[in-house]
Amino acid sequence: IASDTRLGINFQTVATDFKKVFKMNDKLYVGLAGLATDVQTLDQLLRFRNELYELREERKMKPETFSNLLSTMLYEKRFGPYFCEPIVAGLDSKNKPFLSGMDLIGATVIADDFVVSGSCAENLFGMCESLYKPDLEPEELFETISQCLLAAVDRDALSGWGGVVHVIKPEGVISRELKGRQD
Amino acid sequence: MSEYSHARTPMEEPAGFSFENTMRNEMLQRAATSGRPLPSATKTGTTIVGMIFDGGVVLGADTRATNDTTIAEKNCEKIHYIADNIYCCGAGTAADTEKTTDLISSQLELLRMNSKSQPRVVTACTLLKRMLFRYQGHISAALVLGGCDVNGPHIFNIAPHGSTFSQPYTTMGSGSLAAMAVFETEWRENMDERAATELVKKAILAGVFNDLGSGSNCDTTVIRVDGTVTVTRGAVTPNDPLKLRSMINRSSKMTIPLGATPVISSTYTPFTLADVTVTEMETE
Repeated sequence: IASDTRLGINFQTVATDFKKVFKMNDKLYVGLAGLATDVQTLDQLLRFRNELYELREERKMKPETFSNLLSTMLYEKRFGPYFCEPIVAGLDSKNKPFLSGMDLIGATVIADDFVVSGSCAENLFGMCESLYKPDLEPEELFETISQCLLAAVDRDALSGWGGVVHVIKPEGVISRELKGRQD
Repeated sequence: MSEYSHARTPMEEPAGFSFENTMRNEMLQRAATSGRPLPSATKTGTTIVGMIFDGGVVLGADTRATNDTTIAEKNCEKIHYIADNIYCCGAGTAADTEKTTDLISSQLELLRMNSKSQPRVVTACTLLKRMLFRYQGHISAALVLGGCDVNGPHIFNIAPHGSTFSQPYTTMGSGSLAAMAVFETEWRENMDERAATELVKKAILAGVFNDLGSGSNCDTTVIRVDGTVTVTRGAVTPNDPLKLRSMINRSSKMTIPLGATPVISSTYTPFTLADVTVTEMETE
């Protein structure tokens, strides 16, 4: 799962280290694109609900369950939504990868290849459709997703200013900061 | 004991829609002039159809979900489960059709447990229309409800504002005119299952190829009066890109060599497994 790190107000860049991908548990990450205040609020709410779940159930939440939780949380605000389009990425208990994306009111897309979200979603779709191949090794996957992200955000004035990639493997997570164009 | 384990924390709100952010959002929409427009909901442009045949009902749907003009999902599922004998196709805003059908499915399941009898299609129809009318069309869900119960096979057409009607065959969605053209030409009473399924596929394909909001594959669901159901995901897949894609010769540039991406920093966090100690069992 990867994101850029720009925070802006229309055309002004306010921060270049804004966190958009959040860890929910060791094998579950959520990426939130959209209005910054809703990104941070949703991160807090999701961590709250996740931790409450872990206390009650005494186990980690499965990615599918988390995706459903996020979907219902967004739909609750159907007539006054959070302006966020999230992506959920994780490994289930059998270490099988899970990917899902949502629109701002919780309509879920569960994909077996890729999900994209953000101001340059069309660019990302194009890059992923071209570069994606199934059954890539973790290192190859890192290179592929990084190139997709960097190429897509370079054609969008509102995205870029650095990137972050997390590759979730059954043994651990490798997080890397990318060197991208700072314009 | 259960009161303690499920104690309501101050932050937990009651179930149902919450209108907390409506004022703030209105202000944001007025302020959003330059820069990026606010995100929009995924729609299901859609062609959905339903018809009664001699022995049950057939429901059909395309599989495209769109976000303005971008396709959000190429193979989404638009025929939703309501009960073992009742299924519902949904057109309109994707989240609305998904959540509304899920809600009514739960309500019907509780009703089934309470009444100990098989749910009736007209019950699902009434539950849906009462909810949709309450929200005055703001829940944008146009549904084709079909199923078989003790009174025989039924097809209901439910509009977003809450009006319903029952017909032997019906279509909804942006591709409904294309599909209805096929139905009006070829529908007859008491068709057999094979002919009915072929007609439904033909109607959906008319929508897939002529309506820009519909596309990809055709899914069908057959619900028979004897209680059996056949759900077929991808009954017709005329737009399968796999054959064409396998013919693409990707240049070696598309395979990115390892180490090509410039990285500033890298951290590896291994998962700490719980300490496992094995105590031998005394078997002697």
